[in-house]
Amino acid sequence: MSYSATASHDEHHDHPTGMMRWLTTTNHKDIGTMYLTFSLIMFLVGGFMILCVRAELFQPGLQLVQPELFNQLIGVHALVMIFTALMPAATGFANWMLPLQIGAPDMALPRLNNWGFWLLPPAAILLTLPFTLAMFGIGDGAIATGWTFYTPLSVQGGLGVDFAIFSVHLLGISSVMGSINIIVTIFNMRAPGMTMMKLPMFAWGWLITAFLLIATIPVLAGAVTMLLTDRHFGTHFFDAAGGGDPILFQHLFWFFGHPEVYILLLPVWGFMPQILQTFSRKPMYGYKAQVYSLWAIGALSVVVWAHHFFTVGMPVPALLYFMYSTMAISVPLAVLFFCWIATIWRGSMSFETPMLFAVGWIILFGIGGLTGLVLADVAADAQYHHTYFVVAHFHYTLFAGGIMGIMAGVYYWLPKMTGHMYNEKLGKLHFWLTAIAFNLTFIPQFFLGLAGMPRRIPDYALQFTEFNQISTIAAFVLGLSQLLFVYNIISCARGGKKATDKVWEGAEGLEWTLPSPPPYHSFTEQPVVK
Amino acid sequence: MESVNVESATNEERRGHANRKLGFKLLWIVAGSLLFAASLVPLYDVLCKITGLNGKTDGSATVAEMAVDESRSVKVEFTTSVMPGLGWNFYPKQPSVIVHPGKIETVVFEAKNITNEIVTGQAVPSVSPGQASVHLKKIECFCFQNQALNPGQTKEMPLRFYLSPDLPADIKVVTLSYAFFNAVKTEK
Repeated sequence: MSYSATASHDEHHDHPTGMMRWLTTTNHKDIGTMYLTFSLIMFLVGGFMILCVRAELFQPGLQLVQPELFNQLIGVHALVMIFTALMPAATGFANWMLPLQIGAPDMALPRLNNWGFWLLPPAAILLTLPFTLAMFGIGDGAIATGWTFYTPLSVQGGLGVDFAIFSVHLLGISSVMGSINIIVTIFNMRAPGMTMMKLPMFAWGWLITAFLLIATIPVLAGAVTMLLTDRHFGTHFFDAAGGGDPILFQHLFWFFGHPEVYILLLPVWGFMPQILQTFSRKPMYGYKAQVYSLWAIGALSVVVWAHHFFTVGMPVPALLYFMYSTMAISVPLAVLFFCWIATIWRGSMSFETPMLFAVGWIILFGIGGLTGLVLADVAADAQYHHTYFVVAHFHYTLFAGGIMGIMAGVYYWLPKMTGHMYNEKLGKLHFWLTAIAFNLTFIPQFFLGLAGMPRRIPDYALQFTEFNQISTIAAFVLGLSQLLFVYNIISCARGGKKATDKVWEGAEGLEWTLPSPPPYHSFTEQPVVK
Repeated sequence: MESVNVESATNEERRGHANRKLGFKLLWIVAGSLLFAASLVPLYDVLCKITGLNGKTDGSATVAEMAVDESRSVKVEFTTSVMPGLGWNFYPKQPSVIVHPGKIETVVFEAKNITNEIVTGQAVPSVSPGQASVHLKKIECFCFQNQALNPGQTKEMPLRFYLSPDLPADIKVVTLSYAFFNAVKTEK
């Protein structure tokens, strides 16, 4: 080993205990645990918000939530779920598993790592504090523009918009730092013999995610900063009266926003083939094809943004360009789908909870992808834009494709992280409740959207009542069944059947060569990959 | 970033040094995309000027000798809106006119201040379809400067314009919309 790394423990031997341990830790496993815990808490917070919304939508008319609060809840629900639940969950896995998978003793920049995490709780507080302030008569509540901050509404909004802007700044800094750390770790910390084309797929997924993040988060930061100066310092970036253009904001926002959806999904596309491979007891199909497809999707994702606002009135050539480039993404994505299916094809499959989630994920995420293809059609989009069809579509991609994917990862790696097996029966029950309730929540929304029910409105026409009621009841089942998930995780962390080192019969990869749970400092002697 | 003596450094120090170096290099990408975000503002303006993407018209045009294309008739429609914060009535005196490309037309809008104070407004034009915006040339327009109205005053606001003869052949209807804003920003 010519260039081996041995972790130095000296400064850790008397590491502080209690709260100070977590505040000052630079250990990748501690930080990963904090990310995942934070993500789980915010998942419940965001879920609670949307259940308030669904409760209001149980009947036409206004019953529980007034329109002002309704507008705040939907926007903050999205911001909380995207920025403080899904993204930290993926970063948490990266922290825990990347060093273990590539044979590194820790992340490359451990102190940056600590800072990256501890920016998140203040950001979450900034985002949700205006709700509380409004109860004490300060301000008029949280941001009420939806998560997209569209101008001119956001220029006119109350102090909730400013809170959200600063929150987005903090979240952005945190993501950029996390991404730099991940790129450096993957480039510099691989075990001897692990070439780039031997990288675990999870590392590939995250590498592309990280590059997308550092390239697009600054654009969002720039856009919301311009919004801030428009609001308070008399600039006219987005003010038509002063020569600006509100549509410019949509371009800036979605230049970030579209890559963002792939940022949320690429880490999942990374570890999902590993799960499929484990429970099919077969090697991964099409490793190279998958890597190139991930790159192709990453590259295409930054040139298709305007399909989010086809209806603002673009010239036909621009519409055609954005339509065809958007549809072109389905080619590399189809390659990935066929690779995933080919991986489990004729494998000796077994259906433990992670595999249930993984197989369910392929189907449900497939529905999300195909309905996206419908929305990419300019002619059809004029009808579907801003209806519940869009809501159902992106929940199939982000809840099924994102969160259910993350859940598969949680069940897959939980025994490795805690050293105990989770309750398999409860896990399976959680899967079936989640999958069924999820579909019952969102399939009616496809039809509501096709029938013309607009999104983001607290009231609706009478003929939409039944489907909304089905959706609301299912949403509550979906929300409550997540408590099983929380219970399962907590009880698994506190005890249970000892997990073996390999945990799963078909598991491959360096993380399964370590004990469960891995020691506080792992790979102090770097492994050599042949 | 302290420099590390490569000769005497341990593997771990060398690696830490390499990590920090790559980390700082990646910050250049972040800086680059911040710069890109800032440059999108002028870039967008230039792009819109060339393509008419956002339907904005150019400033005042000069009258040039040109052939009037009598064989072609294009309908120009007018719509108006008054933005919140401006207590005016504002409407076109004619909903639409049929013009021949190249011929100069005059149309009139009427604004009335329905408040009891002097109010200054600014009209912002927008043309649909966007491709037509670069072909709609204004010689004289009330939108070229702020308009002040006394309490209760009614004012006729003329617009002299022509459609340039190279207007794309497939455009048969052009809609010109004016939004009147309060030109003096009131504090929230």
